[in-house]
Parts: sequence; structure tokens; C-alpha cells
Amino acid sequence: MDVRFINPFILAINNVFETMLNTKVKVGKPLLKKADRLTAEVSGIIGLSGDVQGCVVLSFPDEVACRIASAFAGEELALDSPDFPDAIGELTNMVAGNAKKDFTGCETSISLPSVIIGPGHIVSQSKTSPFLVIPCETSLGRINVEVALIPVKKPASKATRSVAGAV
Amino acid sequence: MKILLVDDSRTIRNIQKNTLKTLGYEDVVEAADGLEALAQLVKEPVDLMLVDWNMPNMDGITMIKKVRETDEDTPIIMVTTEAEKTRILEAVKAGVNNYVVKPFSMDTLSEKINQTMAKAVAAT
Repeated sequence: MDVRFINPFILAINNVFETMLNTKVKVGKPLLKKADRLTAEVSGIIGLSGDVQGCVVLSFPDEVACRIASAFAGEELALDSPDFPDAIGELTNMVAGNAKKDFTGCETSISLPSVIIGPGHIVSQSKTSPFLVIPCETSLGRINVEVALIPVKKPASKATRSVAGAV
Repeated sequence: MKILLVDDSRTIRNIQKNTLKTLGYEDVVEAADGLEALAQLVKEPVDLMLVDWNMPNMDGITMIKKVRETDEDTPIIMVTTEAEKTRILEAVKAGVNNYVVKPFSMDTLSEKINQTMAKAVAAT
């Protein structure tokens, strides 16, 4: 995957976590996601369309997701709290929106976030755009930022294509 | 002073409410999208609006354009993840008075609210 689309996410995850959660992020070496080998308990998903297409996933173990959602919302949020998916979705939205501003020369739109909650689910990738996984260590626990993006030189009108789906 | 918060995220509306409370503004009404906000404005006028961009049913830019058809004066601050210059220009063209990019610190939001209200008071 083009590094132009990875560095903005490393900057964005740091910016969002430092500003909203007052915690620093230690980013590990990005790795290619092997099909069906990386499962999550909570995933926040945002689709991108326009000059860059694909999706971004923030994936968490459930305990880490609860700690992060609670710190973000300023109140205790459990997995079954009605505000839990809202907090995870908004964090994902901030990371995706913050990253796309650094896609130099690209006009890109983001979708509204979706959140999947359930043990051992897999967010699968398309064959043309594999996920690159950015492991992130925070004081609230470890999360992964998964990025599957492809540049489109001549975007089709009103193109909105999701490459992710929960299995 | 009555303030309308328009954001589809309840978490963000709560964060904004807490910031407003520290600034002494407690009369707050909320809407989860542009349509709800327009309905709210029919019920009662407000003195300031904080509006998100990406929302279901009606986005913030569409809502602001509709508001500005009949109301040129009420201050509007856009609070959004959309950070590109082209988007900021689009928002200014639509009629926003100030712009806050998410993620934001409480200090930044406070500063923009104070700035916007000071300009609004000076203009009257």
C-alpha cells in the first residue's frame, strides 16, 4: 500500500488520542493483515470515497474499547450502553477525518461510522485492497488501526464503495 | 443565552455541553441532524449554533444554507472532522462565522465560542 495513505493515520491516531483522551500512542511497525487471522471484539468502521476509496477500521479488545469509550465520553460506558457505539464511532470518525486532510491533492469524502460489537468477528478485505494493520499501544490498552485504501485517479461520479464487511 | 448543538454523536454533544457549562452557558437545546435542528429553530430562536458537517438525514452545510435563507445574523460555529481548506471555504461561503476541527480541546472550543460571541456582540 502507498505510504502516502499510512503516515496520515499515524499522525491522526496520535492527534486524536492526545487531544481527546490525553494519552500518547506508541505506534508499532505496520503489517499486512493475513486473511481471517485477525479478529476483534469491537470495530469502528468508516468508508472513504472519491479520489481515495476503501475503508478504515479501529479494532479493539472489548475491555480496551470500554476503557477508551469511557475516557472519551467522560463517563463509565459498558459494551451494552446505548452510548458505547456512539463514542467508538465518533473516535473512528475523528481519526479518518483527521487523516484524510493529509491526502495531498485528493478530494475524499468519509461515510458515517458503523460499529460492530461481538467476540471474534472479522472485518474482511477486498482482494484489490488488502488491509495494512497499524498496531497502537496506549495507556488504555492496545488497539489496531486497519487501513485498506486505493487511489482512484478519475473518481466515478457519486462513487461510494465499501470494501469491508463483517463476517 | 440559548445555544443549539447539532451533532449526530451524543458523546460530542455532551462534551460540548460540558464546555459550555464551564463558560457559564447552561441553556442548551440539542438536535441529532439538520432536519431536527431546523424543526427546533421553528419552535424557538437561539443565540448561537454549533453544527457538525457529516450527519444523517440532512448534513450541516445544507442546514446552514437553509438557515441563512432567512437568518443572516445568528452566529454559527461549524465543529467537524472536515479539515481541508476547500471544506472550510465551502463552510464560510455557506455562512458559518467560525470553524473548529475535531479533535478539539476544551480550550480551543472555549476560545472559538468566546471569539464568535464577542464579534456578534460588537456587530449589534
